[in-house]
Amino acid sequence: MDLELMINSLPKLLSAAVITLKLLSVSLIIGLFIGLFFAILRLNKNIFINRFAYGYSYVFRGTPLLVQIFIIYFGLGQIEYLRSTVLWVILKEPYWCAIIAFALNTGAYTSEILRSAFQTIKPGIIEAGKSLGISNKVIFYKIQIPIAIRQSLPAYGNEIILMMKGTSLASTVTIMDLTGVAKYIISTTFKPIEVFIVAGGIYLFMTFIIHNVIKFLEKKYSFN
Amino acid sequence: MELLAFGDTGWGDELFYATLMTIAVSITAMFIGFLFALIFTPLKLSKNKFLNFIANSYTTIIRGVPELLVIYLFFFGGTGAVMFVASIFGYNEYIEINAFITGAFAIGIISGAYSTEVFRGAIQSIDKGQFEAANVLGLNKFGKFFKIILPQTLRLAIPNLSNVWQITLKDTSLISVTGLVEIMRQSYIAAGSTRDPLFFYSFAAVLYLLLTFVSMKLINRLEVKYSRGY
Repeated sequence: MDLELMINSLPKLLSAAVITLKLLSVSLIIGLFIGLFFAILRLNKNIFINRFAYGYSYVFRGTPLLVQIFIIYFGLGQIEYLRSTVLWVILKEPYWCAIIAFALNTGAYTSEILRSAFQTIKPGIIEAGKSLGISNKVIFYKIQIPIAIRQSLPAYGNEIILMMKGTSLASTVTIMDLTGVAKYIISTTFKPIEVFIVAGGIYLFMTFIIHNVIKFLEKKYSFN
Repeated sequence: MELLAFGDTGWGDELFYATLMTIAVSITAMFIGFLFALIFTPLKLSKNKFLNFIANSYTTIIRGVPELLVIYLFFFGGTGAVMFVASIFGYNEYIEINAFITGAFAIGIISGAYSTEVFRGAIQSIDKGQFEAANVLGLNKFGKFFKIILPQTLRLAIPNLSNVWQITLKDTSLISVTGLVEIMRQSYIAAGSTRDPLFFYSFAAVLYLLLTFVSMKLINRLEVKYSRGY
């Protein structure tokens, strides 16, 4: 055990953890909107809209995140037309490519979580709203969405943790996140176990925090 | 299309073998995962606090740390560990471990943590009466486990194990960083030499979709088979 290396690498790994958290939070926020959008499409009665939303979540859940990042980062740059548009400002940055891939990926999982949450809402609750003379729009925003959020909290908590682990793939497109820096230190010092303990410890700590925040929210918003 | 031709001109045969490699690594990893689950599930269910602690640490650490980090640990640490053991026995030459074994082992340990949780959940949800009934029938330990508990555990575990299989299959794409030529690595090589990454990575995505689709169909059959009588 090389304690000195562990202590020396801690500040570097901690500052890399900030990048991991940034990647995670930005992609989660974008992903939540994408997820909500596609969950609503999934509930649509039009079969084409419905199928489209299902296809989206099927493709993104059925392929590895690594493939998705590579398609966006290496693949899209190949299209000449894209290079001449404003989009290229975003797509030439590995940071944004990673975030687009993460957001689309977590969006697919989130849409499934929210869809099942919407479907488990008892029709009686919506009917109660209707009989009180509340408009459909208000029923959706004030009754269905809050209940769906509460229902999906445990599953969404898991998704956040999975996504946090997923951000480690950003290191494959040159971003120096926690895993990227850990790999760099391992490959220069050849001390994999020490670095794994420190970097893994930071990841576990973040998992622990997320887990407890979700648990707290679950309790706060529980029905009983 | 000529990019996918078999033979010297296209990448069809290379990608075909890479797909077989992905399947082989996934199955090996899943199997190693089952072996780990076989060890850790009893520890999780044990009444001994210390054994509990060991099993919980295993599942918590593996499920809380990115797969890529675990793979790096094995990739960079695996050779060192084996050489250390070999040096005890007086062998000091450089030992190269096969990328297949390193990768399958790393993914297997990850897969095992998920499988352990699945088996724990399944065994815990079996009615107590079943254990008691098995006792009353005078079955010995093996009969109890193999004739009564295991069939019911499998029925409950198969839907969740199919999720673990999907995770394992997708995780194997990460082994490409160690240089094992599976779908992802082969696409990387092909994309590099033809300068057509969009096509090859999209094709890789299609291959993975095909694998998940076919395996889901097969698992659904299994599910029907084990749900007879329900």
